[in-house]
Amino acid sequence: MMQLTKEDGAILAGKRGEAARKSMEILVALGDIYGAKDLVDVASVQVAGVSYHNLGDAGLEFLSELAKDGQVKVLTTLNPAGMDLENWKALGISEDFAKKQNLVIDAFRKMGIITCCTCTPYLAGNLPTFGQHLAWSESSAVTFANSIIGARTNREGGPSALAAAIIGKTPAYGLHLDENRKPVVHVEVQAKIRTMPDWGALGYAIGKKAEGKVPYITGLQPASTDELKSFCASVVTYGGAPLFHIPGITPEASQHKQPAQKITITEADIADAKKAIDDPVNEIEFVCLGCPHCSIDEVAKIAALLKGKKVKAEFWVAASRNTKALADSRGYSAIIEAAGGKWACDTCLAVAPLKGRFKSVATTSAKGCFYCRGSNAMATRMGTVEQCINAAITGRWA
Amino acid sequence: MELSGRTIKRGSAQGEVLATAQPISFYGGVDPDTGIVVEKGHELEGKSIAGKVLVFPSGKGSTVGSYALYRLAKNGKAPAAIINKETETIVAVGAIISDIPAIDKIDISQLKTGDKVSVDATAGKVRSL
Repeated sequence: MMQLTKEDGAILAGKRGEAARKSMEILVALGDIYGAKDLVDVASVQVAGVSYHNLGDAGLEFLSELAKDGQVKVLTTLNPAGMDLENWKALGISEDFAKKQNLVIDAFRKMGIITCCTCTPYLAGNLPTFGQHLAWSESSAVTFANSIIGARTNREGGPSALAAAIIGKTPAYGLHLDENRKPVVHVEVQAKIRTMPDWGALGYAIGKKAEGKVPYITGLQPASTDELKSFCASVVTYGGAPLFHIPGITPEASQHKQPAQKITITEADIADAKKAIDDPVNEIEFVCLGCPHCSIDEVAKIAALLKGKKVKAEFWVAASRNTKALADSRGYSAIIEAAGGKWACDTCLAVAPLKGRFKSVATTSAKGCFYCRGSNAMATRMGTVEQCINAAITGRWA
Repeated sequence: MELSGRTIKRGSAQGEVLATAQPISFYGGVDPDTGIVVEKGHELEGKSIAGKVLVFPSGKGSTVGSYALYRLAKNGKAPAAIINKETETIVAVGAIISDIPAIDKIDISQLKTGDKVSVDATAGKVRSL
């Protein structure tokens, strides 16, 4: 059983109200299930389970109930919602859905949560430091926080992250503990990883081959933040651990030895991964860039490629509202909109209600392909930003 | 017969056992308005979990499953109690937010559909009636 402080015990008895009591009950139960000795303070929280599409009326009711007397104790940000909170009509979202989605956001706002809905909180004001304990949901952000920053978080579900936010603590098990952060398998990358789809395919290959063990990855060229962001999303989507070590990138990698158990990733593995992610579809109805959400640098690149062009396919740029504000001021938004493209702020292709709207999608994201196929039954094409924008302009995959 | 396990959510209930050896996904696998299992090919497909002492090894699927249990409870279609071999996060959180008494670390092969049992989840006990 977990050790609780006197104060935590009092919260469990209801001293700080019903939302705090319920939250403490969740944390204690999870701590006991996973053998945690105690609770640790968290520096910030990222809450998933924001889209009304996934929450339904049950989730909305739960959140509204919790918001009656629930207040977060630490910096807390939100995952993407089911729609752009301002531009939802242009994205084809129904009035009824928008009304329910706004009620969900209202409940979060009432609890003191920053309602900037993004899967890249680290680009939008929720940037942890090395060694901090966090309670984050959103698997790509969890992987980024653990592996690129060296903060410590398990892969939380929506309610457990919210409970951690209301208490300001999380049970100390899993990736909060040194012993579980050690690399277990050496992954030698023999393939050349150059493009965004290469990074996505590498995530897929490691996800499938490393069997959920923490990998120590060698053989990579220096990578950009955007490439790492995409890799984090892919590796965890396809079954990998939400922590990897890349010497020279992961801050704690130098504390560890290269594990003896070794797997290799060859050019053939990357080619196989691309084949598995891609469907042989030529007509492209929908192009969505920004899974995870685009950085300002990625938006700049999209604008440069779209300048003076017109899109034929439905074309969305998914990003946080912060990034859009920056893009507005730099003139990128005007270029994208003049080309017929749309902003999809606060949302993305994984959580918007897209089922039945498009038969095919092109994206740079291996993770995006997984969700478009699975829950939204679209045929998928993964390519570079140049290939995707070309598909948006011509309506065809070249 | 008396079985001992670990408290996941305190509380007590009495009722008829509905047992399966297969994991359950509450999001997508159970109709939230009727409590009927709708997962294709599941042992319990077509059966209602409403008011039953639901015995299954563990949960599976999306973490939204916690909210699905909550919705079942709000609709009066939740199980009276949950008994697992090993409770994982989805079911644990779902039971807590929905006030469904729950126990795990139970030898669930001892419990058969139709058995009448009382569940004292606070003490972690299941007894035949």
